[in-house]
Amino acid sequence: MGIFPLSLNIGILSAGLNPVGDTAVGRVPPTRVLMPRRRFLTTAGAVTLALASPPGLADAIVELPLPGGPNERPTTRGFPDKGALILQRTRPPLLETPFEVFDQSVLTPNDQFYVRWHWSVIPTEIDVGSFRLAVRGHVEKSLSLSLDEILALPHVELIAVNQCSGNSRGYFQPRVPGAQWSNGAMGNALWTGVRLKDVLDRAGVKAGAVQVRFNGLDEPVVAEAPDFMKSLDVDHARDGEVMIAYEMNGQQLPLLNGFPLRLVVPGWYSTYWVKMLNDIEVLDQPDTNYWMKTAYTIPDTPHASIRPGQTGVKFVPISRMVPRSFITNIKSGDTLRAGVSTLARGIAFGGDAGISRVEFSSDGGKSWQEAQLGADEGKYSFRQWQIHFGLPTAGNQLLMVRCTSSSGEAQPDTPNWNSAGFMRNVIEQTAVVVA
Amino acid sequence: MLPITLAVALGSFGTQGADKLTLKSVNVDLPAGDRMFPDGPGADVANDNCLACHSAGMVLNQPALPKAMWEAEVDKMRNIYKAPIDDRDVEAIIRYLISIKGAN
Repeated sequence: MGIFPLSLNIGILSAGLNPVGDTAVGRVPPTRVLMPRRRFLTTAGAVTLALASPPGLADAIVELPLPGGPNERPTTRGFPDKGALILQRTRPPLLETPFEVFDQSVLTPNDQFYVRWHWSVIPTEIDVGSFRLAVRGHVEKSLSLSLDEILALPHVELIAVNQCSGNSRGYFQPRVPGAQWSNGAMGNALWTGVRLKDVLDRAGVKAGAVQVRFNGLDEPVVAEAPDFMKSLDVDHARDGEVMIAYEMNGQQLPLLNGFPLRLVVPGWYSTYWVKMLNDIEVLDQPDTNYWMKTAYTIPDTPHASIRPGQTGVKFVPISRMVPRSFITNIKSGDTLRAGVSTLARGIAFGGDAGISRVEFSSDGGKSWQEAQLGADEGKYSFRQWQIHFGLPTAGNQLLMVRCTSSSGEAQPDTPNWNSAGFMRNVIEQTAVVVA
Repeated sequence: MLPITLAVALGSFGTQGADKLTLKSVNVDLPAGDRMFPDGPGADVANDNCLACHSAGMVLNQPALPKAMWEAEVDKMRNIYKAPIDDRDVEAIIRYLISIKGAN
């Protein structure tokens, strides 16, 4: 028997980046992606009905346990092609995935996949016939590609985690300004598209190219404000893994996740995964635009961590992700029974590498047991894990989970801190009551 | 369980002729986010200057922050994000932000 009786195993279809020809595997129907696995342990729902009518868009109110608050957020179904999400900001949209979603399948459903935009001028009408992707700059031949032309290129599939640089920012202490995310500014999806390399090769990158810059259709309200653009080094852009995706979990991208095209940069933070991608510019010198040089930079220190107020630190652009792991079926405040076998399960990801080990502690980190790993869906995917454990005596207890990536990188046992609230990956703790 | 999973997978995907993907044009509405800042001295200035670019929730979901951080935020909005805020409104906005979200 497999250890995950009703989990969804699609790894055989797409472990790694597989070219998919007409006679090879097809697309994964969304029903297989979305089917929930059985819940072994029922926990109290995070959603409680608000006492007063919630404002405007809200269905209900959730409590995010952010130190110092504010803790209450509405949930909303008021955004196109989106189900219930935590409303962090209406305009430009910041919508967080409720954490219980990560307990239900290894892939995050499109309609509950988190949303993050920088500028509020977002096209709401996109015509697939007239849309064009420009490829220009330091190339032999500028291109203006229609969607039909892009869909005619060889396509590839990859399961990869997309995570906001500031995921979990709300847990930084001292608190820092920015989107006050809990842990749900991330998701894992099967991405289908074309290799960026193939598109660049069609244009012909000239010798001397240094970086490739990506721009989408979103724009700032004030024209003089810096348009959102991100760049990758040319070798990274041509590594054959970076993808221009037109499908997410077997369906076209929701508008709010970047329809019709989005860059997929496996293993790197989502800031590089430019949405509504319509312009690719090959540069013959490093990109110094605001979103590369100033915003989305981190201290060049271990874990991007500094002391509050520390000066004289070199900052560098954020890049690859770091390992994280979470319990998804038990949350802080839950009551567990003493003296019985209890199941803990969850997800882990290695950042820019796979998972080699997930360990679980039911005694606040004094001892650790290795958890069973679920199917390997590829090095950039969430990896499910589970373990049975017992709690001998009543009282308060801390459950903890930690992972080690296949490149040997482990999660730190103390939280990092930086003024932007980036790259949190401390070992998570879940405080439970044993009765 | 694994053999069953494999069987299902092969049954579903082992056939020739995968679906031909077509993309469909999209035309949607996004919520405006027309909530105003809570009443108080300076709320009108905040409403007039901040809500053109972002909804009030961005501010209302922030933790309490020290004055220097709110000054830095307003400075970023003006000088980097080019919010056209009059010099004479800056102090009122910062005072209002501290009144609703200030910390020592």
